[in-house]
Amino acid sequence: MTEASPPANLAERYYNYAYLDEQTKRMIRRAILKALAIPGYQAPFGSREMPVPYGWGTGGIQLTAAIIGPDDVYKCIDQGADDTTNAVSIRKFFAKVADVATTEDTSDATIIQTRHRIPEQSLKAGQVLVFQVPQPEPLRGLEARETETRAMHAYEEYGLQYVSLYENISAYGRIAATAGYPVMIEERYLMSPSPIPKFDNPKMDDNEAILLFGAGREKRIYALPPHTRVRSLDFEDYPFEVQSWEENCALCGAEDSYLDEVVLDDAGNKMFVCSDSHFCGERRKAGHSGPMAGHQLDQTVEGNTP
Amino acid sequence: MAYVSVKGGEKAIENAHLWLAEARRGDPSVAEVGVDQIREQLSLAVDRVMAEGSCYDPGLAALAVKQARGDLPEAIFLVRAYRTTLPRFGGSEPVDTEKMHVRRRISAAFKDIPGGQVLGPTFDYTHRLLDFTLAAEGLPPPAPAPASETPSSWPMPTIGSVFAHEDLLEADARSEAETPFDLTREPMSFPAGRDQRLQALARGDEGFLLSLAYSSQRGWGSTHPLCGEIRLGDVAVEFVPEELGFPIEIGEVTLTECQMLSGFAGSAERAPQFTRGYGLAFGHSERKAMSMAIVDRALRHREVGEQADAPVQDEEFVLYHSDNVEASGFVQHLKLPHYVDFQADLQLIRRLRREHFERLNPVQEAAE
Amino acid sequence: MTVGIDLSKVRPGFQDPVHNSQSVFRAIMEAVARPGMQVTLSPAPTSPAPLCPAAGAVALTLLDFETPVWLSPAIREGEARDWLRFHCGCPLVDETEASAFAFISRADEAPPLSAFNPGDAKYPDRSTTVILQVLSLEGGSSVRLAGPGIKGERIIAPRGLPADFWDQVAENGAAFQFGVDILLVAEEGLIGLPRTVRIQS
Repeated sequence: MTEASPPANLAERYYNYAYLDEQTKRMIRRAILKALAIPGYQAPFGSREMPVPYGWGTGGIQLTAAIIGPDDVYKCIDQGADDTTNAVSIRKFFAKVADVATTEDTSDATIIQTRHRIPEQSLKAGQVLVFQVPQPEPLRGLEARETETRAMHAYEEYGLQYVSLYENISAYGRIAATAGYPVMIEERYLMSPSPIPKFDNPKMDDNEAILLFGAGREKRIYALPPHTRVRSLDFEDYPFEVQSWEENCALCGAEDSYLDEVVLDDAGNKMFVCSDSHFCGERRKAGHSGPMAGHQLDQTVEGNTP
Repeated sequence: MAYVSVKGGEKAIENAHLWLAEARRGDPSVAEVGVDQIREQLSLAVDRVMAEGSCYDPGLAALAVKQARGDLPEAIFLVRAYRTTLPRFGGSEPVDTEKMHVRRRISAAFKDIPGGQVLGPTFDYTHRLLDFTLAAEGLPPPAPAPASETPSSWPMPTIGSVFAHEDLLEADARSEAETPFDLTREPMSFPAGRDQRLQALARGDEGFLLSLAYSSQRGWGSTHPLCGEIRLGDVAVEFVPEELGFPIEIGEVTLTECQMLSGFAGSAERAPQFTRGYGLAFGHSERKAMSMAIVDRALRHREVGEQADAPVQDEEFVLYHSDNVEASGFVQHLKLPHYVDFQADLQLIRRLRREHFERLNPVQEAAE
Repeated sequence: MTVGIDLSKVRPGFQDPVHNSQSVFRAIMEAVARPGMQVTLSPAPTSPAPLCPAAGAVALTLLDFETPVWLSPAIREGEARDWLRFHCGCPLVDETEASAFAFISRADEAPPLSAFNPGDAKYPDRSTTVILQVLSLEGGSSVRLAGPGIKGERIIAPRGLPADFWDQVAENGAAFQFGVDILLVAEEGLIGLPRTVRIQS
């Protein structure tokens, strides 16, 4: 599944290896080490302008650029899929500036950069999952000022967060939070998991891989070493629960993966398919099929458009 | 008809890039605009790109304007993303604007001041009537401007030196730090020093600063500003190479500098005095330099004990939201797919609606 | 200030700075993410004594003009010091608490961990990273470690530590979120002991 990277086009190498200059890489590397030493803590870093806009994954790109080497195998997903436009664009960027092999295969990759999902397949030691983070501060929605929220983390004052969840329960009868659901790291730092669906939250707990989070515009890096305790906030009488679907994946029949809803027409017809395109493709190759197997999405979901 | 969202990305991106190149060129029967034409004839666009792009290079800025199809925030972004990859040799000496070769210099505070009022190349007293003769191309270039306005003195005294003997105007406080704060290398931190603030404002979006300055003038955190001085011209940039140990001139930059004056009633410790706000921008950028000076002064409310409840006085609000590369990116990133999050929201809202109707109508529920 | 360095005597650093520092960093990152796990830094430079190759590799990978560095007395003398100044351009500081990185050549030169910067309540990342050279990463008495990055527990037995080292590590960890982070180095090997590490009795 691993594609050879295009040979380095020397005429196009107007920029440094992996785009960033070495001093910037050192600065980011130092921040990564401190972030790993203080799991869940948001370490400030001197984020640089990247050749993609803020919001397009500048934090994740800087993290990847600071750690990547020519021996790495790089996978990039957006919304779980390798073939979404922004994932394609970022993957091409690293193939070009870092001479790396790219892959869509989760288990082949040494670095996986992601926006909004954690792959369905379990990660393993030696892999690094790099998250693109739009807003690193889990308390920002409750308190706009950085000076205030930084003090809350420093003195472990998370009452405001619990009050907000409790008010949520009073209003809706449940914790009506869906993506970016806050987590407590080692019972010390409250952390935003980035806008992954809460379906993915349990995957962070005791994970085998290194999880790195980069927020370029907000200039913060945070990290989870492998085997870190990650608890989604809840109450005894309102325990944390993840999303589930009545439907299975229309293409591969998976019952336990995160599903995207695909609107088929304007008469209300729709189908549900795995958000993780590689996971879905592997299942279909192994002979699994869903109620709409053979649908035209079958070709494109896996990124194998002829 | 089937709706396939953003799958098939690779081909789509390629096609979009081709289409963009075609749109950039426009009608091929019209001559292509040259980078040198942009640099010489759209020089104020070039100046803005250099100022907010934090990189003094008119040729590069002109190229960015061309590549961005005239979209200045996009051009600013191109320059920033290039600038950030450049190696750093060190910091220059502070430029001395008193030794500026002045092309324009005005003060609204005095009818005449040492060095004189020099209008220079300004739109200020033009009538904003479309000049249809400009549409007729191929006219001979305009005659050189008469030299009568050439500034009479060099160095040109600053507004500070005009007041110096009476101590009516606060002195320039020099930063104690050896090297000023550098936002391109460190993230924003609060409370911000004046060096950090001035750098953020100098890189900040002209439109955002203009609106903030305007809001202050309209009473939302007013500082009653008065334009002490604006000067435009070229200054030498000096650098001390490690191996020489003394400064050498490495080039010249065009700058616009603005000193805004505001009153200060005084306190128990300090006599009443005029205070100032400071604005500086690459190139000819008066709107930017003046707005910056007003916002700088408004943000100094703590030093002069002013009540602070307006947006323009809120350091975190102003500094965090002034950068148009950050702002434009984050607003526009909403175009990226969010269907994983949206699916989560969709599921929740369907469930909450179901529960809502079950609560409203339990009987019918039982009958089903 | 490069005055006083005899350039003809400065040994080379990395052969290929871009790619060597990348591969060394990845090993350091794994070591910090998995406390107690021994990694080999490759390729490590032939750094001048008393710096071991691993200490030299850490320096070339992480230091520059933005990192104030404290050196223990044996490193502060002569060749090693010039080598660090030349290749890293790092400012040297005399006060332990002012350092972002501290290099200790051997146990008997080690100040107590509490002498270094433990960070700030709001910015605990501003603490010192201490690089401590030991005789060997193996062959000493065993210690069992637990904490983030460790599944269950991990046993290590470095040799040549300061006498009350593990008590100091426990004390350092008890002050979390404050604390220094430690990298034990010997020859080309490295073990990370970030402040999260817990000593199991």
